[in-house]
Amino acid sequence: MGEKFAEKDLVKLDGVLADLGSQKGTLIPVLQKAQEIFGYLPREVLVRISEKIKVPISQIYGVVTFYAQFHLMPRGKNIVRSCQGTACHVRGAKGILAELRRQLGLGEEESTTKDLGFTLETVACIGCCGLAPVLMVNDETHGRLVPDAIKGILDQYR
Amino acid sequence: MSSVSETTIKMTINGQDVTAPKSYTILQAARLIGLDIPHLCYHPELAREGNCRVCLVEVEGARSLVASCVYPVGEGMKVHTNSPSVMETRKTVVELMLANHPRDCLFCVKNQHCELQQIAADLGIRKVRFQGEKREAKKDESNPSIVRDPEKCILCTRCVRACSERQGLDIFSSVNRGFKSIVEPAFGLGLDEVACSYCGQCTTVCPTAALTEKDDTQLVWDAISDPDKFVVVQTAPSVRIGLGEEFGLKSGSIVTGKMVAALRRLGFDRVFDTDFAADQTIMEEAHELLHRIKTGGVLPMATSCSPGWINFVETMHPEFIPHLSTAKSPQGMFGATVKTYFAERAAIDPAKIVSVSVMPCTAKKWEAKRPQLCDSGFRDVDIVITTREFARMIKQVGLDFMNLPEEDFDSPMGISTGAAQIFGATGGVMEAALRTAYEKYTGKELENLDFIAVRGLDGIKEASVDMGGGVVIKVAVAHTLRNAEKLVQKTLAGEADYHFFEVMACPGGCLGGGGQPYPTDREIRQARIDAIYDADAHMKYRKSHENPAIIELYDTWMGQPLGERAHHLLHTHFTPWGERLK
Repeated sequence: MGEKFAEKDLVKLDGVLADLGSQKGTLIPVLQKAQEIFGYLPREVLVRISEKIKVPISQIYGVVTFYAQFHLMPRGKNIVRSCQGTACHVRGAKGILAELRRQLGLGEEESTTKDLGFTLETVACIGCCGLAPVLMVNDETHGRLVPDAIKGILDQYR
Repeated sequence: MSSVSETTIKMTINGQDVTAPKSYTILQAARLIGLDIPHLCYHPELAREGNCRVCLVEVEGARSLVASCVYPVGEGMKVHTNSPSVMETRKTVVELMLANHPRDCLFCVKNQHCELQQIAADLGIRKVRFQGEKREAKKDESNPSIVRDPEKCILCTRCVRACSERQGLDIFSSVNRGFKSIVEPAFGLGLDEVACSYCGQCTTVCPTAALTEKDDTQLVWDAISDPDKFVVVQTAPSVRIGLGEEFGLKSGSIVTGKMVAALRRLGFDRVFDTDFAADQTIMEEAHELLHRIKTGGVLPMATSCSPGWINFVETMHPEFIPHLSTAKSPQGMFGATVKTYFAERAAIDPAKIVSVSVMPCTAKKWEAKRPQLCDSGFRDVDIVITTREFARMIKQVGLDFMNLPEEDFDSPMGISTGAAQIFGATGGVMEAALRTAYEKYTGKELENLDFIAVRGLDGIKEASVDMGGGVVIKVAVAHTLRNAEKLVQKTLAGEADYHFFEVMACPGGCLGGGGQPYPTDREIRQARIDAIYDADAHMKYRKSHENPAIIELYDTWMGQPLGERAHHLLHTHFTPWGERLK
């Protein structure tokens, strides 16, 4: 493995593999723990898991790409979830999303800023339609949004 | 209760009484009354998934239509396979597949061999009611053997299962979900970046053109039409056994004479036989085995003719390389011999020779490109086409294959033996090698040439051969890489007491190769095997060392087996592959 990963994180991964590696049906818990350690699931980590728990790398890749909870690319320090549910949609969620992209400098296909400060995702419904349009940054909810409010909200997390 | 009723059930299918084994699925039971329920993801030799939904049928009392390929039969079950709701649903399912499938059937390499096309035709689909977004994905043409075209993929996962269950390589997986679902190697890598052996078994089970052999027929036409080139062709033992199926003959029909006639008419300047080189391989490999035994060399020694197997060792088990026989495959030996020995004899400038081989194998395309295989001073084998591509060439020029005369190979590299003929079957190389090794070792004539214990479709076969004087040679034979892995593990653990083992990467051996006509299943492979041994029994010469052309080659030119010239031209070395994702 390259020098990209901290030695202590690799030791942690090996610890997880030692604890869970020999059990049947262990793949998803191992992937979750590994993602907790590294913040995402780098290829090298998946290969190490494959070798240890003897599940083919192709199958692991299939599982990782199936579940939305797993990430193959590094994630930002802050996770921004922009709601695109029905209520938010009719109250202008598209404009909020466009402003988020503009403020974060993200193109259509990009989700994470180059400085790894923010990752932008869309979600189908956050469950507080009364506050539409709404977004969440990490665990905090921001509602009744207008595009002009976006910069101020993001600045709280910079 | 009688013992019959304990193991069978009575049911009706479309009102017809059926008695079927309890373990059967509805799809299997329907076959008992001559009813083939349309299906795509189902493959008789692979695990059942029931994911394509084409085989849906109605079971009275069931909540919804069920997939007959996975649904078990039951006592008193009433099944309808042709009811209006089944017919309508089946059609819709296929239409939905077609809605996300390129409609370039006319130009598709699988035209008339495509199972999706066949089902659409059988169901009488005349239009597709659904229009929408289509999957866009890049073709993978990264390697010389296999082309992967994900836009043609219907996500049946037969390739996933074939690669995993037959070869244990697990190259493919279902990736993403919903509309973005795709079957591909990990991280979307090319087949040249993963541990693919290029065996091509995936191409034999793919119902569409999502996985096919790389078509090199144009290269052959170009060579033939070039007046400055002298184009020679070799045909592997298994090609003559499979080729007839492309022209409607039943499996196991051997068409050697017509095949030779067809090659002449396509315009090859000389039509030679890989079987000649198979005899060379036996000369070298049998002597190498005896040499290793006498001098305490690395044992067990393993055969090295199957390029899928070689790729597997070089990628997955480089530490096993010293066990591989250094003898080149017959294709490799032929290539090195034709541009030296034959060129010299026929007074032809080897630079002008284009050496083409027809192989049952997709991995042979890669083998021919190995940097090691240019010992003649040129690329030993220039172009490799599979049995399927060869059939395509015959059709392109409109040859009436069935009415071609029977013709003989050209001399000298067209003369061969029964030992070479059986190279195509699992156990065949072993048997051929034993016939020669026994006689060379003991100096006595073999009373019974048939080593029955190494024949047949068992995954791993073992046998012992008494060489006399207290010496017993222990051998083993494996086909498919999943079985080969077991022999490798046993060897690396120091638990293999064999002297010699044979591996062929494909089920049944080369006759079940990744380049053979569609379809292949166990019955077809067995028919091909029976034909091979029958042909062997009727050959004039049945031992490689009794092939007069081989005797002449060694006496007048090559020298001794394992000698200096043979070492240079007929032996090779193996190297671990660079970084590939395993």
